[in-house]
Amino acid sequence: MILDHRASPTLGSDRSSSLDGLSRRRFVQAGAAAGGGLMLSLNLPFAHGAAEAAEAAGFAPNAFIRIDVDGQIVLTMPYVEMGQGTYTSIPMLIAEELEVDLKQVQLEHAPPNEKLYGNPLLGGIQATGNSNAMRASWQPLRQAGATARTMLVSAAAKRWNVDPASCHAQSGEVRHAPTGRRTKYGELAADAARMPVPDNVALKRPEDFKLIGTPAKRLDTPAKVNGTAVYGIDVRPPGVKIATLAQSPVFGGRVKSVDDAAAKAVKGVRQIVRLDDAVAVVADHMGAAKKGLAGLKIEWDDGPHAKLNTDDIVGELEQATLNPGAVAQNIGNVEQAMAGAVTKVDATYQVPFLAHATMEPMNCTVHVRRDGCEVWVGNQVLARAQATAAQTTGLPLDKVVVHNHLIGGGFGRRLEVDGITRAVEIAKHVDGPVKVVWTREEDIQHDMYRPCFFDRLFAGLDEKGKPVAWNHRFAGSSIIARWAPPLFNNGVDPDTTEGAIDLVYALPNMHVEYLRVEPRGIPTAFWRSVGPSHNVFVTESFMDELAAAAKQDAVAYRLALLEKTPRAKAVLALATEKAGWGQPLPQRVGRGVSVQFVFATYMAQVAEVEVSKDGAVRVRRVVCAVDCGTVVNPDTVQAQIQSAINFGITAALHGEITLKDGRVEQANFDTYQMLRINEAPAIEVHIVQSREPPGGMGEAGTSAIVPAVTNAIFAATGKRLRKLPIDTSALKQPA
Amino acid sequence: MTYAIKVNKNTHSVDVDGDTPLLWVLRDVLGMTGTKFGCGMALCGACTVHVDGVATRSCITPIDSIGTSEITTIEGIGATAAGAKIQKAWLDREVVQCGYCQSGQIMSASALLASNPHPTDADIDDAMSGNICRCGTYVRIREALKQAAQSTGQGG
Repeated sequence: MILDHRASPTLGSDRSSSLDGLSRRRFVQAGAAAGGGLMLSLNLPFAHGAAEAAEAAGFAPNAFIRIDVDGQIVLTMPYVEMGQGTYTSIPMLIAEELEVDLKQVQLEHAPPNEKLYGNPLLGGIQATGNSNAMRASWQPLRQAGATARTMLVSAAAKRWNVDPASCHAQSGEVRHAPTGRRTKYGELAADAARMPVPDNVALKRPEDFKLIGTPAKRLDTPAKVNGTAVYGIDVRPPGVKIATLAQSPVFGGRVKSVDDAAAKAVKGVRQIVRLDDAVAVVADHMGAAKKGLAGLKIEWDDGPHAKLNTDDIVGELEQATLNPGAVAQNIGNVEQAMAGAVTKVDATYQVPFLAHATMEPMNCTVHVRRDGCEVWVGNQVLARAQATAAQTTGLPLDKVVVHNHLIGGGFGRRLEVDGITRAVEIAKHVDGPVKVVWTREEDIQHDMYRPCFFDRLFAGLDEKGKPVAWNHRFAGSSIIARWAPPLFNNGVDPDTTEGAIDLVYALPNMHVEYLRVEPRGIPTAFWRSVGPSHNVFVTESFMDELAAAAKQDAVAYRLALLEKTPRAKAVLALATEKAGWGQPLPQRVGRGVSVQFVFATYMAQVAEVEVSKDGAVRVRRVVCAVDCGTVVNPDTVQAQIQSAINFGITAALHGEITLKDGRVEQANFDTYQMLRINEAPAIEVHIVQSREPPGGMGEAGTSAIVPAVTNAIFAATGKRLRKLPIDTSALKQPA
Repeated sequence: MTYAIKVNKNTHSVDVDGDTPLLWVLRDVLGMTGTKFGCGMALCGACTVHVDGVATRSCITPIDSIGTSEITTIEGIGATAAGAKIQKAWLDREVVQCGYCQSGQIMSASALLASNPHPTDADIDDAMSGNICRCGTYVRIREALKQAAQSTGQGG
């Protein structure tokens, strides 16, 4: 695996004349590559009905495939690797259609350029997130591969003066079976570039797939087991200094005074940089920088949020839900249906702020020169990284070079560029390159957090216990409204409401409202599985409450509501069957279930949970059934589900960020705990075979596990937990 | 003050304060960045190295405590029998995701395997629960450790 961060590929002699004849539906162009090979440019189609607008604006390629004269195939793509396996699964699509070995496809990461590399499912922003790299690439990348294959075959057929239909592509060659002739792609690339671009290409039939659907070895793994992989935090430009920092402990506070005498006396400390709301210590190594930081005496002006506590914020959210919000979904007439309901159920739910706590703490290396700026970082939004560096330095965009590196955990944290802005602010005061590394305490206390939400629900059941009315109103922050404003419309956005609307169940009368309430004094951001991480906990817990109110089995109750969503029904049936749903369990051990459709993936989970007499919760076993459409790399699907489940259990059992006097109370892994191997459950993943387009895989497992766990706790103890994280003191067995 | 330390069989001379944690000497002074920073308080295990074969959190190990001990890092662990088996098992079982914590996981696992060729689940919990993996690769860490132990049993 070679990762190359060279500049954007230049289209040697892109035959722009062919642009005029472009079919409106075509999203592949071809031409000669610099160096004589074949270059394909792709336009990933825009989702959500924006296709027409995008096409009207002209052809704007945002991914490139180059077949060099030496036979090397190079894919330039805008997605970043953060452990989710994208660097392996995306090249599989090209290799499949091109009939080459996966290792023949070399990957170049795209340099920052929003116009070229914007992610169509994220409003055109160059980002890797929302579990959509595969969803956005599935069709166009296979189509591009097939187009290249067709053109290579045409070139060979012309050279041999035979019918293209009598030729076929195999193992990186075009072959003519009747005469036994064969030519390697590299030798055909230049000729292929002169072939007309076919209007329609035949994609391989699923039954002919050789790579897609088979477990592929991750291409980025070897370097990660021998210490040679380079993450952002590992870069060492010549002469680099190391800095660490203290930012105002209260968001919105400022530095009042700094006594840096002791810090400056530390061996290896070179410089103290004072900013408006932060102080950095620049040193020869992080040991000296940290020692210097500990020696600083900083007096802070805490600013307007000096007295803020989490309870104040939750109180404001709770209060907000007493008033109507923006309508996110309305089906039928809830009010009328409630009037006729035999049983009524209501509840409030609450989820906390959460930190990302990526294992690689926030860091960014910057070299500001008078005429340019270089940035080294692992980030999910490269174009924004470049833009903030330009803005902070006052340099034009083209004077900022961003080198992207492997990401030691993203989970949404690196969809933000606050750490890059901060590093550039510091670097402006430093002569030469400086690597700004946050301590773990700084990383947890100056995160941008998964928002806290407050939810209010009521439902009505008919005489058979079936839900005839479902009403859900919730309040909290909208990340989208800040991060991608065009996607926030009429008071709602597709992320904050995902998992609360478009439920898998047949609910004849359903009403969902959202109130955007931005918390004071604490920034919010995307967090693995985002909206669903909150909504699925609430909706799947409440569905469990309805089953209990109807005195019915939690699975049977759900199955009866899934007649119109057979894929949901199938995963629920599969998960419960494999989990042995209904088989007896010891006392204080219970099974809980959840089913969801989020990130275009159907998933059901059954958690088996043991609650000790003192209330301690242990998740013993999790069985997950997933229908994520066509599976590209089944090993990655399994790995992502295992990962997402442990991530979700961490949140359910331990995760909570609280403010006291405006300060985040948690600081390191002692006060903000992570699930460890001794607490991690056995996990079984069952994948449903499907030929539907692929769904997202990076996040779905996180939202599904949380209600499965709390529902299992209910089964084990009879206690319904409506607030996260789990309060073990409520689960103690009465003496 | 100047300290001579032996890392992966090579001796290096470094001029830092005696209380400087070994982690920063490795990463920032010697440029061996395979050993990772995670917490600075021995809470996450990302910085694990071997000091005379014992898994040690380098983020709280001052350089003046090392003396003549032999330090082994992720860059050198493949030269040990246990380390090579662990690395192979990690590749075979596709343990790694983001990979950031895996240097530390591999160092802890190698130390376990070197001292206990057939660890039980409880032994694995004891030796590995100091290493956090935010990607939650625990299922595969356990499987890979067991695979490596099996290869030990087959005379390797």
